[in-house]
Formats: sequence, C-alpha cells, structure tokens
Amino acid sequence: MEPEAFEPKIVAFCCHYCAYSSADLAGSMRIQYPPNVRIIRTPCTGRLETEYFMKAFENGADGVLVAGCLEGGCHFVEGNLCAKRRVNYTKDLLEEIGMEKERLRMVNISAAMARPLADIVIDMVETVRKLGPSPVKQNSSSKQESRK
Amino acid sequence: MIVAQRKSIPDLLEIIKNHKKILVLGCGTCVTVCLAGGQREVGIIASALRMAAKLKGLPLEVEELTIERQCDNVFIEQAAEAIKRNDAVLSLGCGAGVQAVAERYTSKPVYAGLDTAFIGILEERGVWTEKCAACGACVLHQYGGICPVTRCAKHMLNGPCSSSHEDRCEVNPERQCAWQLIYKRLKEIGQLDRLKETKPPKNRSHSQDGGYRTIIREDHRV
Repeated sequence: MEPEAFEPKIVAFCCHYCAYSSADLAGSMRIQYPPNVRIIRTPCTGRLETEYFMKAFENGADGVLVAGCLEGGCHFVEGNLCAKRRVNYTKDLLEEIGMEKERLRMVNISAAMARPLADIVIDMVETVRKLGPSPVKQNSSSKQESRK
Repeated sequence: MIVAQRKSIPDLLEIIKNHKKILVLGCGTCVTVCLAGGQREVGIIASALRMAAKLKGLPLEVEELTIERQCDNVFIEQAAEAIKRNDAVLSLGCGAGVQAVAERYTSKPVYAGLDTAFIGILEERGVWTEKCAACGACVLHQYGGICPVTRCAKHMLNGPCSSSHEDRCEVNPERQCAWQLIYKRLKEIGQLDRLKETKPPKNRSHSQDGGYRTIIREDHRV
C-alpha cells in the first residue's frame, strides 16, 4: 500500500477588512483553492502577536499564513505594519529553533483580490508541501503542559 | 525600570540541557514592561523551547508561570508548588529576581533566561535607553536632571570634552552629547551658574566597591 500523500495543514490569520472578505468573495466567485488552509478571522493583523504564531506551530500547523491589508490601507492605520514586524521577529525565532522560516508568510491583499488570494494559498500550500510535515509534529513525543 | 533582553534559544537549550522538566518563570514587573520576561514572553519562550527540544529529539516538559514580582518573597511563595514539581527553574526575571528565587529554593537549580542590561526608560515604542548607572551618589540636581555619569560616554563631571561635534558625541555620532543637553537644560531653567563650579572627582566608593551594597532602614526593621 502506498503511503498517504502529505497534505499540509496551514493556519491562515485573515484580517476582517481584507483577506477574510476576499476569501468570501473567492467563494462567491466559485474560485477554487486548496482546502488545506484553516482560516481564522482577526479584527486586524495588528491584533496578532508572536505568541499566536508560535502556538499555531507548536500545536501542529505545518505553515502559518498572515494576510493583512495592503500597506497604507489598514483600517487601523498601521496594524498590518505592526504585524509585518512581528512576523519578521517570529521568522528569526523559528530559525533559532531550527525550523524553516518559509513556513511563516505574511501577504498584503485587498478585499477585492479574490483571485490573488487563491494564488497565494496555492503557492503557500506548494511551498509547505515541498518543505514536508512540520518537524515539530514529526518528533512529537513530549506532552505539552497546560498554561498555568 | 530594569531593562533586560532574552538569551537566544540555542543558549537557553544549552543552559537547561541536563533537565527534563523545567518551569519557565516570568515576572510581572520591570521585565514585563520591557517585553522580555512577562507572561507573553514566557509563552513564547516556552513554546520555542518545546519545539526546539522536539526538533532535537530531547525529552523536555515545560511549564509556564508568571508571578507578580520575583524579587519579593511574598510573591515568590506563589511559585512554590510549580517549582516543587519541576527539575529546574528558568527565570525570566532580572538578575535580582533570579537570585531571589534561587535563595528561596536552595535545592532547585535556578537559571537566568534573560541578560539584564540596565536601568532605563522606554524612549519610544520598542526602544529602551539607559538613564541611570545606580552609582549610589546621585548628582542629577547639579546637572539639570541629565546624568553625565550614565549619558556621557566619558562619564565627565566637568564637561564637555573638546571632541563633541555640533551636538553629537564623538564616541558615537548617532547620539547627542550629554553635555550639550545639560547646557541647554540648565540655560532653560536659569541655572547656568552651576557650570561655573568645578566638581571634584566622584566618590566611587558608593558603587562597585567592596562587593554588594546594602541599605538598612532601622525605622522599618522589626
């Protein structure tokens, strides 16, 4: 029997004002994209902290996608710029740990960009598929203690 | 406040390498404000350590806890149970916090997860600057509230030196000359005559001399 093909699990943090709406639009337009992404709606990507990305990886995500508004177009002025800096910080942290930083990506799109969103998801899934399953998941042996 | 920054994950792994169960202990005071050792950073560092250990195939259990203040026995007590059920403590407190926890729980190894850097302030978002060298004999009243001991690269009490350019420090041209700032401030508050006094060499015996310092207030002792 052939081993099951690896299907990456990708957590996509999507801003309510752009990426989430464009995902909605993609659905209305019947644009197909891989079902590997688990979309989490956020009020703004500026709401996201390093901790969120780390916990996503720790709990089994093979990749994390952060999709915020176009630069200059944030509903809260600079939330997406804050997110960009935090994503970059987390990428450095992933490298320190020994994980590929390509597993985390930030993109900027508008609510009307349904087709580009689908292309981004396709590309992200392919990138992570090439990287293989998250090494954290593969070597998972110790149990995570609950946060006190 | 005391400003610190985290050690790298490989350094932390090296520090805790002989232990299988560790407690990452945060502090809710200074290091929370400087985004180095508060509850959020405890979560990030604990996650990073768990992931790094898994990648290396090391068995490691990490528990997270943040107490209000690590340099105070009243608050350290709240960590007693968590410390008891772990092999070691990785403290994200400042140097004082690490030592306070270590003194309290003598049978457990307590390691520093941060590099404590200085006493400073938040200059702007994400930027902290040293303001006080804790020299033990404050001279700020003489210099318009700007400390030459900390902020002048040459620690000059009778400045400026001859090498500042415009208002820039010759040691680091990106920084303002502390003495330029002192002059401007004293002029603004009408105390320029303070600069006419020649200050004697600073008495350094109040700091970094004869070991650690102690302050005793008899009126508060029991």
